[in-house]
Amino acid sequence: MSSHANKTVSHDEEIKNLKKVTKEKLTQRSFKSNVVDYVMARLFTLFGSIAIIILALILFFLVREAIPAIREIGLAEFLFGQRWYPSSSDPGFGALPFILSSLMVTTGALFIAIPWGVFTAIFIAEIAPRRVRETLKPVIETLAIFPSVVLGFIALVIIAPITAQVFNLSNGLNAFTASVILSVMALPTIISIAEDALKSVPRAHREAAYALGASRWETIRNVTLPAAMSGIFAGMMLGFGRAVGETMTVLMAAGNAIDMPVTEFFGVWLPEFLQSVRSLTANIAIEGSDVPWGSLHYSALFVTAIILFVITFIVNLTADFLMARQRRKMGHE
Amino acid sequence: MNKTATERFWFSVCALFAALTVAALLFLLYWIVIQGASVLSWSFLTARPEQNMTSGGIWPAIVGTFYVASLTILISVPIGIGAAIYLNEYAKQGPLVRMIRMSIRNLAGVPSIVYGLFGLAIFASFIGLGTGLLTAAITLSIMVLPWVITATEEALRSVPQSFREGGLALGATKWQTIRQLVLPSAIPGMATGSILGLARAAGETAPIILTGAAYFLPVAPSSLTDQFMALPYHLYILATQHDQTEVVRPIAFGTAFVLILLVILLNLTAIVIRNRYRTKNEQL
Repeated sequence: MSSHANKTVSHDEEIKNLKKVTKEKLTQRSFKSNVVDYVMARLFTLFGSIAIIILALILFFLVREAIPAIREIGLAEFLFGQRWYPSSSDPGFGALPFILSSLMVTTGALFIAIPWGVFTAIFIAEIAPRRVRETLKPVIETLAIFPSVVLGFIALVIIAPITAQVFNLSNGLNAFTASVILSVMALPTIISIAEDALKSVPRAHREAAYALGASRWETIRNVTLPAAMSGIFAGMMLGFGRAVGETMTVLMAAGNAIDMPVTEFFGVWLPEFLQSVRSLTANIAIEGSDVPWGSLHYSALFVTAIILFVITFIVNLTADFLMARQRRKMGHE
Repeated sequence: MNKTATERFWFSVCALFAALTVAALLFLLYWIVIQGASVLSWSFLTARPEQNMTSGGIWPAIVGTFYVASLTILISVPIGIGAAIYLNEYAKQGPLVRMIRMSIRNLAGVPSIVYGLFGLAIFASFIGLGTGLLTAAITLSIMVLPWVITATEEALRSVPQSFREGGLALGATKWQTIRQLVLPSAIPGMATGSILGLARAAGETAPIILTGAAYFLPVAPSSLTDQFMALPYHLYILATQHDQTEVVRPIAFGTAFVLILLVILLNLTAIVIRNRYRTKNEQL
């Protein structure tokens, strides 16, 4: 990245020199082409800023639609309330069951996907011979492009019955099944980011370890892996972000019952993975399509969307920070 | 354990997990291909759903997906190319560029259902387009924009710097150089990015649930504000919302098969274009 920037700078200087040399030519340019050039430069600046504009619009509209519900009900009810009955005569707007379900299903998925992804990444980056590596790449790319609705469908018709049989349940649509299929969704992200991090560790590190008599595995465990840790954590965070924002797989696999996904054990909440749960994303998908626009219920859904947005925002920012740190650390070598 | 035994153990663990990754893909493909291929036929692709979707084909869903994905690309690619041209050709390192890059990364991380809700609030309700093809396509365009920008930027970056210098040295303006020298050689790379965006738009479900997909429509949409059927939403409906989910299961598998086939084919096309382009560029 930094070498690229340097290159551009030196190229820019070269261009400047060239411009001086061809000054006569430049003055021969028609007035019209100079005007067009000026207009295009401004136009492209506008195009370039579109990402900022869109992000601002998203924030603005989420907040704008959420304000009526926050005014009338209060943010505390959303964050800590346990009853969600938005259109009943005794309404409840507690989104805590959704928040906990989202976090639980995602954490469960990462429990599976982290060891799976990190070991696979180590295999690809450090162990596998070239030909095996070249076969694994398209496998991971194909997993990454699977539409989430197809994964959800497989979870529903294939994995849920297996879960039901293994745990002796009447119905396998629960947090566990959702975690299993979500781990497959998070896997490609974790593998590719962890692989990049491992590859960013300079060869000299490994060679120094070999020279000191370390075996290949000792080198991986004590040298390469610690050096790549920031990047691997970034991969985990991005995997978390991807899984917590995922709608279709959870919607189709988790059962969608509105209930606190916990059992109380001596006053402590323990997660209940074999229970039907509804995530923040699934709830928006279920209730968002037929809620009357402008109603309090509609506004309440935007509050839950903001909660979701804030979670993914923090997670992605952390991942960003970790990736920058990995680059910095390796760039100093 | 001695050194070699420990190493052998951990290497096997790594290999095992890698094998598990392959197994997971084969498992998914196995079920979809085995179950899906048995219902696949010419009439399945070209007929309308019949008798409350318990028989017949998936033609309207294929057409709907084609419409919404094409419209998405028509909207997102020009904007994405414009943004990428700014970032790669005009922008100088500074706070604006840092903010743009941060926004792009953030947009890529926004959950798709939040895009759906945003599309509903701004395009359907605030601007007044209602739910339908156009609202869904604009919403999906915004969602795929970060990928289109990133892919296009990569394509622009791989155009040799000498092209630009040559253009400028001949007295061309910056815009003339970009339009006549840089963009033409970046076209294959931009096409790759567009096709990948197309694949993503075609497979996405959550945003269109809120912005315009229909449970059942016997005909293709005839205007931009019409609701539409789409393959991923059709699969979701058949799998969970239909009143006879067991009866329509084979059709659901068929729909999943067609959808996955479409997405994989689009991606393969993108890869072929990219590889061809790479070898061509290496010759330069």
